[in-house]
Parts: sequence; C-alpha cells; structure tokens
Amino acid sequence: VSARLRVNPIACTAHGLCAELLPESIALDDWGYPILDERPLPPELLDHARRAAAACPTFALMLEWRDRG
Amino acid sequence: MTAVGVEVTRLLAGLQPDRRLDLGEHVEAYGPVGRAAGGPGLIEVLERSGLRGRGGGSFPTGRKLRAVATGRRRPLAVVNGCESEPASAKDRLLLERLPHLVLDGALLAASAVGADEAVICVSEDAPRTADALDAALRERRERTRLTPATVPAHYVASEESALVHHLNGGAALPTFVPPRPFERGLRGRPTLVQNAETLAHVALIARHGAEWFRAVGTRDDPGSTLLTVSGHVRWPGVYEVALGTPLAELVALARPTRPVRALLLGGCFGTWVAHEDAAGMPLAHHGLRERAASLGAGVVVVLGQGTCGLCETAAALEYLADESAGQCGPCVFGLRAIADRMAELADGTAPPGSLEQLARWAAMVARRGACHHPDGAVRLLRSALDVFAAEAAAHQAGGACPSMLRGAALGLPVHHRRGA
Repeated sequence: VSARLRVNPIACTAHGLCAELLPESIALDDWGYPILDERPLPPELLDHARRAAAACPTFALMLEWRDRG
Repeated sequence: MTAVGVEVTRLLAGLQPDRRLDLGEHVEAYGPVGRAAGGPGLIEVLERSGLRGRGGGSFPTGRKLRAVATGRRRPLAVVNGCESEPASAKDRLLLERLPHLVLDGALLAASAVGADEAVICVSEDAPRTADALDAALRERRERTRLTPATVPAHYVASEESALVHHLNGGAALPTFVPPRPFERGLRGRPTLVQNAETLAHVALIARHGAEWFRAVGTRDDPGSTLLTVSGHVRWPGVYEVALGTPLAELVALARPTRPVRALLLGGCFGTWVAHEDAAGMPLAHHGLRERAASLGAGVVVVLGQGTCGLCETAAALEYLADESAGQCGPCVFGLRAIADRMAELADGTAPPGSLEQLARWAAMVARRGACHHPDGAVRLLRSALDVFAAEAAAHQAGGACPSMLRGAALGLPVHHRRGA
C-alpha cells in the first residue's frame, strides 16, 4: 500500500502547521491554505506526514492509504 | 421564454406556445408508457441508448443508474430541476410546460433502480415552476411517491452533494465527498440524482427504445439535446437539436443581430470560443471535449462584435466569486482575488503583470475546492484570457476598452443572491 496526503478543504482554516511540519510535500498558497503534493509519500516522509496530520487543529489533513497499482 | 423546435422535435414535440400540457394532453402527445417499460430492464436499455446526463456533467445515465441500483439499501431518486446556471432556461421550460415528461422519467428511473420515492427539486426563486409542478402532481395517481421540494437559489445549491445535504435537513452547501450521493445520499440511502431534461429523455427512451434514441445524433453522442441560446440574437430561447449539429448552424437559427465575435459554451461554468474556431465545432460532448470545452447544461451565449468579452467575463467572475458557498479557502479568497483583479482590468486600472497574476491564481485555485465551483470559474477565466487576448492586453495597457459597448450579453442576475 501507499499513502497520499489529502485535505478536507471545508474543514481547513489555514493554520499552516502542516506546511511547517512537512515542507517537503506541503506548500501554502497566497492565502495560507495548503497545496499538497498528491503523489504517494516516500517512506522516509511517512512519520513526518503522520505528525503533520495529527497536528492539524481542525483535523482537515489526513493520510489516505491505497493499494499500490 | 420562447421555444423553437429545430432539426429534431422529440422532447418539445408536444410543446404548446402558451400553456402547460395536462396529463391527458401529455398522453395524447407522447403516448402512454408501456407496462413493461420500467423496472431493472430499463437500465440496460439506457446503457444501450448512450444517453448522458444533461445537467452539465455528461455522465452516462445508464451507468449511474446501475451504480445506484447495486447499493445495499433501497435507493431514492432526486430530480434536479434547480437550474442555477443563469443563462439556462431548458429545465424550467420542461417543468412549466411539459412537466409530465419529467415526472414519467422520474417514476421510470425510480422503478429501474428500485426506489420507492422521487423528490423533485426546483429553485425557490422560481414560483411559477413550483406552481406548474404542483398542478401536474395533482393530476397524477402516483403523487404519493413524488415529493416536490424547493432549494435555495444560489449557484452551488444544485450541486449534487449540496442538494442531498439540503434535503437531509442541512445547509444547501456542497459536502466533502466521498461518499457520493449514489453511495450514501438522501436519508443515508443510495440516491439517484438526475437532471430534469435527462429524465425527460428517459421517458421517451422507455417508450420508443434505445435504437429510436440513437437514430439521431452521432455514434458517440446519440440523441437530441435542449440548448438555451441567448446574447446578441434575434430569437433567444430553448432549441432542441440533434447532438453533433454544427455549432454554426444553431447560431444561425437564432439569428445573430451583429457579426459574431465569440460564443460562450456552458454558461458561467463554461468556456469562450472564438467565432472563427466555432465554425467547425459540433454540438457534442466528444467533439467539444477535445477542445477543452463542453456544453455544460446546454448553454450557448452569442457575443457580437463591439462588445468586450473581457468585461463580460469580469462580470461573470464577480458573480461566481459572490456565489462561492464560502466553505473552502482557495475558493473564497482565490475567486475574490481573481474577480477584483478582473474588475480592475476591465476598468483599465490593473497593476502591471496582472495577466500573469491571473494565470497564476487560476492554477493555484483549480481543483482545490470540495466541489467544482472554483474549477468552473477558472475554466471561464482561462478561456477568456485566451480568446480575448487582444482585449486583455489593451485593458492591461490602460487604454480605452477596444470595444464600443459594454453589453450584458450574459444576462446575469442583477441582484446577487446570497446565503444558504
């Protein structure tokens, strides 16, 4: 399986913690909302991604697990 | 509202110029629905017919019915007659003049997926449509299975998930999907949401069969479709044409009042096409998709020379920014930024580099909402910057608008309707 980042744009209120914690995969747009790298996360970033998702104050960021292929 | 049946007269065959068809007249005009027409067998007929949804998504209707029917719980059906696109009038025409065609389709589609009830949604700012629907329902024995409902009159309220959320007692705002309505919708049950015109086609396919439906149109885009033509034409209104009809022929039928500069296909949610590029384009899902355009809910707005497409687009984007559901940051702030910059551009007061900034914002906002509202706005913007590149450059340079008139070809609502 592989994991991808996904954001619920309705729940997100632009705290921006995720981009601080995972700058490799998350950038912020002009208004502070996250722009995600939607490719499968490389294994070395998985722990950071979990931490970023757990840190989101509005539970908007999540990891989505998919079967590879 | 005028309605002209051209090329093909199928849905509009029974249309009377001034009144609604009652149930008796409807049966006389279109014939009775055969006893064996509904039920699960209809799904296969619809799949063979090649009918696609006429609400804007162009999703294959048979495939949607099959997805709903294979859910574990008993499904429900929802008729989407809200028609929130300001330049579209075809669903209102059907519901006000030929409502029994839509009701036949609703009952048939419901029976095909095993639904015991259909909810018919119209916009709360369309009281005439609601009245016509109520009058038609009073004539039907099946009215216990047909429930009318009104929906707030804002642009995204008729988006599938917003519609279901509203009917479930929530706000008429899009929800974060999945689950999609066909999986879990009204009352948690699999829900078939179909546009009113799509169901009118279902009513005729159930009567006459898939082969009859395919006898007009093209192999990939069979059947006829309703198109609302407006703008700089002598005869605006709803036209029924075979899919695949050249765009130029439809425009000629509506009699442009001036030489044509460009066409807006799909309305506020659509794409501008320069007149010279439109010449060879077919009115069909497939022929337009290759050109990154679509008919949307069947809207064609004709823009005559002497009117500035950039100014028209600025007005449309102002409307779309206002009509954001206000839920997702990129849509709320992005569409507002785009609309404000477009207004400055239209006024000739935009700072240098505004065209590049607009293109950058378009890329930034696309695909980042819970629904497709920002995507539609961005599509409109990009096509405008492409088709009206010369006008855009002149506006950026701060000179006078190169067009003589700032017309209101789009016919956007004067009063923006807010709130859910």
